[in-house]
Amino acid sequence: MTADYKLRYAPEADRLKAAASWRPPEVAFWLLAVAAYFLLPRHLVLLSRVAVMGLFALSLDLILGYAGIISLGHAAFFGLGGYAAGILAQHGWGEPLSGLVVGGLVAALLGFATSFLVLRGSDLTRLMVTLGICLMLFEVANKIRWLTGGADGLQGISLWPILGIWSFDLYGRTAYGYSIIVLFLIFLLARRVIHSPYGLALRGIKENERRMHALGTPVVRRLVVAYTMAAGMAGLAGALLTQTTQFVSLDVLSFGKSAEVLLILVLGGSGTLYGGLIGSLALIVAQYLLSGISPEYWQFWIGIAFIALVFLARGGLMGLAQGALALLHARWHGRETPSRG
Amino acid sequence: MAVVLETRNLMKHFGALAVANDVSLTVEQGARHALIGPNGAGKTTLVNLLTGALAPNAGHVILEGVDITGEPQHRRVARGLARTFQVNQLFPGMTPLESVALSVAQQRGATGHWWPRLARDGEAINEAAELLDRLRLLDCAHKPTKTLPYGRQRMLEIALALALHPRVLLLDEPAAGVPEDESVELYASLAELPQTVAVLLIEHDMDLVFRFARHITVLVAGSILVEGSPEEISADARVREVYLGEADHG
Repeated sequence: MTADYKLRYAPEADRLKAAASWRPPEVAFWLLAVAAYFLLPRHLVLLSRVAVMGLFALSLDLILGYAGIISLGHAAFFGLGGYAAGILAQHGWGEPLSGLVVGGLVAALLGFATSFLVLRGSDLTRLMVTLGICLMLFEVANKIRWLTGGADGLQGISLWPILGIWSFDLYGRTAYGYSIIVLFLIFLLARRVIHSPYGLALRGIKENERRMHALGTPVVRRLVVAYTMAAGMAGLAGALLTQTTQFVSLDVLSFGKSAEVLLILVLGGSGTLYGGLIGSLALIVAQYLLSGISPEYWQFWIGIAFIALVFLARGGLMGLAQGALALLHARWHGRETPSRG
Repeated sequence: MAVVLETRNLMKHFGALAVANDVSLTVEQGARHALIGPNGAGKTTLVNLLTGALAPNAGHVILEGVDITGEPQHRRVARGLARTFQVNQLFPGMTPLESVALSVAQQRGATGHWWPRLARDGEAINEAAELLDRLRLLDCAHKPTKTLPYGRQRMLEIALALALHPRVLLLDEPAAGVPEDESVELYASLAELPQTVAVLLIEHDMDLVFRFARHITVLVAGSILVEGSPEEISADARVREVYLGEADHG
């Protein structure tokens, strides 16, 4: 955009542009995600779960980390998307991509419908309302056994190959490739939203809602859109889980799931886009390693890690990483400055 | 002079307490209008009634001939009614450039747009930077707002409102808490505001009021006591008694 440089304050714009551009650690992250497919062929099932939970946490980051909406019932959308995709496949339509879209749309619809309840009131009200909606959905799914399989879970899900080419295999090769591509595309979308004027308005609402009213922003309308988007993304994550594991049970709608995704996001660092992905990787890998070492008591170590992290690293793992990068940066430039002679 | 903002018989009660009692006020185009009165006179309440943060029990608010009494806050801002706050209402984690760019984006109706990239909108950022430059804030454009000195934050408070291209600007004690030399500088910036903007100012500091305002309304216990030019107000015996008199004793 050469026209911009006719503007007097082009350097100011350039600085914002630089802040929004791709950085080397980001590129490295995604390259590693691709490399994992080739380097860790025996762990692709586990890594698929990392990608799915990462997408789920990314959706929570959009409302919690950016818009400042706290939720203890985000699993409602994850679970609904999961069941929608599962029921569709069980009833004979096993085409994965359309199943994924249906899962996302159904969850987005629920998000839109419940947003008007959730966005009323304070943080505490929001906690209770989101929790309540999720509990209700859990019991509904438990009750309508004819559709959901109740406590036994949904059996007999069979999926067609993706685009008619890649069929799902036992080693998680297709599952991982599929999950990571969907995650990347949704991540790109989320990144774009965050750097848009709308994304800045969301940050504004989180930082000072009162001022946003005074700037003339229709705050509730902005939040409804964010909540709907996040619900849709959570629905995609749920559908992805169902499709890659070919199973769905009540667990996806449980309070534990809502709590887990919140923990993942806080562990990774909210409001950073990558926090959910890093947190998901850290938690699932830690669970895997610790349950190998100490099969009965691994949750004890997870608990300690959480407490240590909250006290030692504000901003989660992303905060820790950013601090380390800043330190390295300072060291590097410190060495380059000739002032010490 | 044409009237841009007007209230007609505005009433607001908090329980038995009348905080706005039959207030009929007119603000003219390009006005430098000050609203003064002792603590608890209902000045900030009046601002909240004008902006729509509070709903009146009776009466009307009219902006450029349109009755906006029932309109929500954001609609009034879109019509050109902007305000600042007595206690800073800023975005602590954002930089001044981001904050003002947000305000500019809102003025352009862009905060609903989630596809375009803000950083590529050179014109909007240019406008934000230009405003920061005009208010002598450009040198801290990229620092987090919460790290700025208080006086700078007060200026940013005004910048956010100015970016909305207001027809009427409501300034709620813009110099509150600012050291004296800086408040003079702040008012020097306010004096440079274009004549297309009508300013309704709430201010405690009488020196600043008399330096800036060309028209003064005195509010006491929710009612208008008297209004007129600075000369008339300073000569008015009732005003001296209820308001300026306090300073003599104090």
